[in-house]
Amino acid sequence: MIPETGHFALILAFVVAIVQGSLPMIGAHRRDPAWMALGTPAALCQGALIAIAFLCLIGCYVTSDFSVLAVVENSHTDKPLLYKIAGVWGNHEGSMVLWVFILGLYGAAVAVFGNHLPVPLKARVLAVQGLIGAFFLAFILFTSNPFLRVDPAPINGNGLNPILQDPGLAFHPPMLYLGYVGFSMAFSFAIAALIEGRVDAAWARWVRPWTLAAWCALTLGVAMGSWWAYYTLGWGGWWYWDPVENASFMPWLAGTALLHSAIVAEKRESLRAWTILLAILTFSLSVLGTFLVRSGILTSVHSFAADPARGIFVLVILFVLTGGSLVLFALRAGRLTDNGLFAPISREGGLLLNNLLLATGAGTVLLGTLFPMVADAFHMGKISVGPPFFNIVFLPLMVPLVLAMAVGPHLSWKRGDLPGVLSRLKLAAVAAVAMMVLTWVLDGGPSAVLYAAGGIGLATWLLLGTLAEWAERVHLFSARPGEIWRRAINLPRGAWGMTTAHLGLAIVIAGITGATAWRVEKVQVMHLGDSVDIAGLQVRLDSVEDNVPGPNYVAMRGTFTAHRGARVVAVFHPERRQFAQPPTTTTFAAIRTNLIGDLYVVLGEPDGDGGYVTRIYHNPMVPWIFGGAIIMTLGGLVSLSDRRFRVGAPPRAAARLAAAKG
Amino acid sequence: MTRKQRRLAFALAGLASLGAATALVLVAAGDSLVYFYTPSEVVAKHVGPGRLLRIGGLVEQGSVVKDGTTVRFAITDLTERLAVSYTGILPDLFREGQGVVAEGRMEADGRFAASEVLAKHDEHYMPKEVVEALKKSGRWQEQEGKK
Repeated sequence: MIPETGHFALILAFVVAIVQGSLPMIGAHRRDPAWMALGTPAALCQGALIAIAFLCLIGCYVTSDFSVLAVVENSHTDKPLLYKIAGVWGNHEGSMVLWVFILGLYGAAVAVFGNHLPVPLKARVLAVQGLIGAFFLAFILFTSNPFLRVDPAPINGNGLNPILQDPGLAFHPPMLYLGYVGFSMAFSFAIAALIEGRVDAAWARWVRPWTLAAWCALTLGVAMGSWWAYYTLGWGGWWYWDPVENASFMPWLAGTALLHSAIVAEKRESLRAWTILLAILTFSLSVLGTFLVRSGILTSVHSFAADPARGIFVLVILFVLTGGSLVLFALRAGRLTDNGLFAPISREGGLLLNNLLLATGAGTVLLGTLFPMVADAFHMGKISVGPPFFNIVFLPLMVPLVLAMAVGPHLSWKRGDLPGVLSRLKLAAVAAVAMMVLTWVLDGGPSAVLYAAGGIGLATWLLLGTLAEWAERVHLFSARPGEIWRRAINLPRGAWGMTTAHLGLAIVIAGITGATAWRVEKVQVMHLGDSVDIAGLQVRLDSVEDNVPGPNYVAMRGTFTAHRGARVVAVFHPERRQFAQPPTTTTFAAIRTNLIGDLYVVLGEPDGDGGYVTRIYHNPMVPWIFGGAIIMTLGGLVSLSDRRFRVGAPPRAAARLAAAKG
Repeated sequence: MTRKQRRLAFALAGLASLGAATALVLVAAGDSLVYFYTPSEVVAKHVGPGRLLRIGGLVEQGSVVKDGTTVRFAITDLTERLAVSYTGILPDLFREGQGVVAEGRMEADGRFAASEVLAKHDEHYMPKEVVEALKKSGRWQEQEGKK
């Protein structure tokens, strides 16, 4: 009964989505208030129906209803409850339901909070959301129905891929989807604005918070994915330029660009057409990411099923969404004229440079990700594009971006004083160069890797440049403490958010540099009692215990101790886990972190001679990467809490506030 | 600055950034594209040492020899075989008779020195490249793909 309820709710949601996607749009065209008003209840109804379907699906997994095919294929009674629930989106069908569930939430949010929007704009936005929903619901219903029954029902299920049986599964996909799908808001607003043929500051004020929210979720989602890969795959790496990683990184790059261009669109009423285009591209890249990951054309843990019908369906959706909106853009963009003029050296100019470099960066990642598929399709041979390509192409584009990032916030709107700003940043420049030299010398002088010095220098430059901007705003070096405090409190949350997020990126850059340049890897056969010297510590293999029972696996568990001299610094328990259903072995690495670096121990197979193959890594500064990403997300959230962004704030109050700020 | 000039300036900046990206791509393309070959193709094309390659196929039955952290095995597409050596921990799902993809370089002695070995991720799944390699050598059996 539960599966049928869920299936029925999905079908109803599909029908409602078609209504939501058509009638309010026609109503807005005809200026018919009744038809336009239909958008709100339709969006609420669609959100509720998808929520019911999603809950029903979770119910099927929790009760282990093996008459449902998706449950049979992906679940097992032995699984801990957390993985029964998280397992719902650990497979193709369920993850698509999660996708539309989040879409429904966003749609309902517009319906609830959008009362201050102009009525036709709201109707059109909801209609576009409805159309997206209709596409994806059709996709689910016609190619990947999660509620299909099997008869006779098997006694038990196949279980979940053990690599996915990790708390990461509970958080990574929902976060990522909150980000991906969150960009649908910017997209819907962009399409609605194109249809209306005008973009005003109120429009940008609406788009910014949603983009910011999506960006926060995506930043966290990408960082979580990277962290998960880092500790679960047992290879000690945190980024592989794998197509699946790229699929989430491209919308992040485009979304970051959108975030910044929306500032110009809101505050200066400039770069409007470009902002609209970015909104379209960002969401298209999100859908492309879904397509790449779900179509099975990639070889990865994420490609759950290689059903060509599904791939083609998503490709058609992508084609219609992107192609249709780009055609609309080509027809209407000419009407969107900008008011604000600005000199190339100005805050706007800096943000434009940011946009250019981020968009180009996203383009190169797209090229590297799609090229193997294109080459294969045209019989140019089977090719894979790996880290060397991205390191050579993508990283050099990011260097000018980071250099400019420290300068941009200092420039004033409209016309900036570059020599003046640079002279204020003299100290930061000197410190950055000093850090480069220091890194180079400490790293061994002529034998040092050059990029390490460069990366640390860049991070220092960005850190100090950002702090200098904040210090200037609060008059840190010229005012009395009380005055500094008052200014710091009165600083808009948006400014705090920007400073925090930029500082976070500086930490990420330092982390990436350190983790890449100074990583030490030792692979060896160890017998009980053997020691390995790494990072000034002796890591000894003390014992290996077999048949340690886990909830649904048995493990071979090693005990390693790290010593400094005679003192025990840390104890490690890496495991090799043997799952019964499905019969698979996974590696569970033991990681000890002290926030400056990680010691990472992996227990491999016994060599049959009383020895074990082991891998021990010292990964300096890896925690900075994840910590920095969390700080960036916090920056986004702080900015989101800015009064101006308060969803549903009356426009007049917002305008007065903006006027007061000048 | 007039609107027209400004637009021109932006267009030029955009072109410059695209140009830089293109130049970087061209520099990278020479060395960083990794071609995928089956053992038969390696033999047929007389692939020489030096270039980074990916080889896909099945781990030949009875070919795995472990010597400390170094593993020697053969990758086969059931027509030709290629001897591979690898130092490090093999993936959890590496087994004789299973699909595998190895990345590395040919040595002068005709052996393939792998720097990375990828096995399939779970029981249901065989790397796409391996399926293609078997199809090319005519040894693909449909039921293998299903399971």
